[in-house]
Amino acid sequence: MKKIVLILSLLCLPFLAGGCGSDDRAELTVYNWGDYMDPEVIAQFEEEYNCRVNYETFTSNEDMYVKVKNSSDTYDVLVPSDYMIERLISEDMLRPIAKDNIPNLANIDASAQNLPFDPGNQYSVPYFYGVLGIVYNTAQVTDPVDSWNLLWNDKYASKILMYDSIRDSMGASLKRLGFSMNETSEANINAARDALIAQKPLVMAYVTDNVKSLMASGDAAMAVVYSGDAAIIMSETDNLDFAVPKEGSNAFYDNFVIPKNAQNPELAEQFINFMLTPEIAARNIEYVGYSSPNTPALALLDASWSNNSGFNIDKEDLTRSEIFKDLPSDVMDIYNRAWTEINVSK
Amino acid sequence: MKSFKEYIAYPYGLWMLIFIAVPLLVVVWFSFLSNPDFKAGVYTFTLDNYQEFMDPVYLELLYRSFLYAVIATVICFIIAYPLGNLIVSLPGHRQNLMIVLMIIPMWVNFLLRTYAWMVLLSGSGLISQFLGLLGFRDVSLLYTQSAVILGMVYNFFPYMLLPIYTALKKIDPDLLRAATDLGANHFQMFVKIKVPLSLPGIVSGCMMVFMPAVSTFVISNLLGGGKYMLVGNLIEQQFLTLNNWNFGSAISMVLMTIIFLVLGIARLITGKELDTGGQLL
Repeated sequence: MKKIVLILSLLCLPFLAGGCGSDDRAELTVYNWGDYMDPEVIAQFEEEYNCRVNYETFTSNEDMYVKVKNSSDTYDVLVPSDYMIERLISEDMLRPIAKDNIPNLANIDASAQNLPFDPGNQYSVPYFYGVLGIVYNTAQVTDPVDSWNLLWNDKYASKILMYDSIRDSMGASLKRLGFSMNETSEANINAARDALIAQKPLVMAYVTDNVKSLMASGDAAMAVVYSGDAAIIMSETDNLDFAVPKEGSNAFYDNFVIPKNAQNPELAEQFINFMLTPEIAARNIEYVGYSSPNTPALALLDASWSNNSGFNIDKEDLTRSEIFKDLPSDVMDIYNRAWTEINVSK
Repeated sequence: MKSFKEYIAYPYGLWMLIFIAVPLLVVVWFSFLSNPDFKAGVYTFTLDNYQEFMDPVYLELLYRSFLYAVIATVICFIIAYPLGNLIVSLPGHRQNLMIVLMIIPMWVNFLLRTYAWMVLLSGSGLISQFLGLLGFRDVSLLYTQSAVILGMVYNFFPYMLLPIYTALKKIDPDLLRAATDLGANHFQMFVKIKVPLSLPGIVSGCMMVFMPAVSTFVISNLLGGGKYMLVGNLIEQQFLTLNNWNFGSAISMVLMTIIFLVLGIARLITGKELDTGGQLL
């Protein structure tokens, strides 16, 4: 028996040593979207500020919200989107940003600031933005790509890729019918649902991650994607272009925020300021592909970026588009139900 | 005093309790709640989740899942039974070789194999290229119903073959010889001796294919492109995207109940012969 205890405790030793850690550097916990920051940039921050960054990622605003709200872990920096920032502010979960500590805020273009979800940017600092649109194969698509109607054109049957996400697919259908991306009327939501059910026979697939290979191989002629994803796909494949339908679309803004219960808010502000330096922002752009409001960083980029229609978004496309609002749960129930019916239909 | 053998079964019992019985009870409990607020300690019991599932939309989905699973099971059986007979007729060492060959693909991760099919079936994939050479242009097999059923058949086939092979192997060759001696022709021997004696293997093979097929969500997602939703996808969606764990639990319970019913029927078919070997259940 004693022998067993001895062996067991010996086995535990390495874990104990790892657990204590001789690392007394300051710690910063960052919670960001997957593939949304160049890891080398984070390593550089750790070195320059002599700290340790715990970097965690999420796949949706809702996942992030549930974790931040319910988990006992605390975070120092989050990167939620517009409507989620609105919700976090209204639930008093964010800490106001001390702008004096973030001098690089001067690099941010005015168009990405002072937006309705956070007037005066009291709580959030712009990171990336983008817009939902259509990436298409210029050799296969002969019609002008200027309307969501194109996704209902039976000339392209079985060549259309939809985005497997409730708000985005429903949003495209709502906009096509002249409704709002944030529609709350049940009749209008159901009309958008019926249009998507009617469209289903033309759809090749509802995907989130397989777009790149299907567009590159030419199996699909067009796909509903966000601009930054289109930018990355287009930088790797010829014959592709990106357009935002004239009916308008969804524009999003992903901003840095600091939660109220952050352990290390000063370091968090230093982190945000660091990410806003032009050289660092440029490296993140090259890694991520989404549009950046960091004007001096844009000047540092290779010329191919300014010609990329997924990266260099037309300002008019942005103003025509709507930002998602945080819809009340009874309205979301209608959306969810509609989405299930679309999925189930033949 | 209990024997040592009985004591070493305790960890397994504990494992079953913690990882099977308790989670199952939680699912049952969840399926009867509506919008519980655990922090505030508010639980309202309701049958609404079950009632919601009685909607024609969901019932059709359930029907579709069963249809696909039954088709996949039948195809697996049609391939596996003659193959099992063939393997049993081979000399011993070649039998083992054949079985190993059948099992080797299972060493590769399930997801990886399904992704491989996505590449093979896509419009620019090998199969379409080959069909193109034969004059069939622009055939895309990916994201079709057939692709989903193919994925089920391919992934679950070994579960059909192994029990059938085991059951056939256990048939005493003397019985077959006796049948021939007593004047049975080949067909009679097959129908009256081989099939009844291998029935437990057949039933257990069908169950082993049917159960994962009826509840799969990965295959229908990857090979069906989200167009052919099955009941497994509905459950996944309720839990992961729509955050409606209560409805998701209720659907799981409905599916589980039906599977148990099917198992019960299978038991009735095989009756006592379940003890004769070949079954994996």
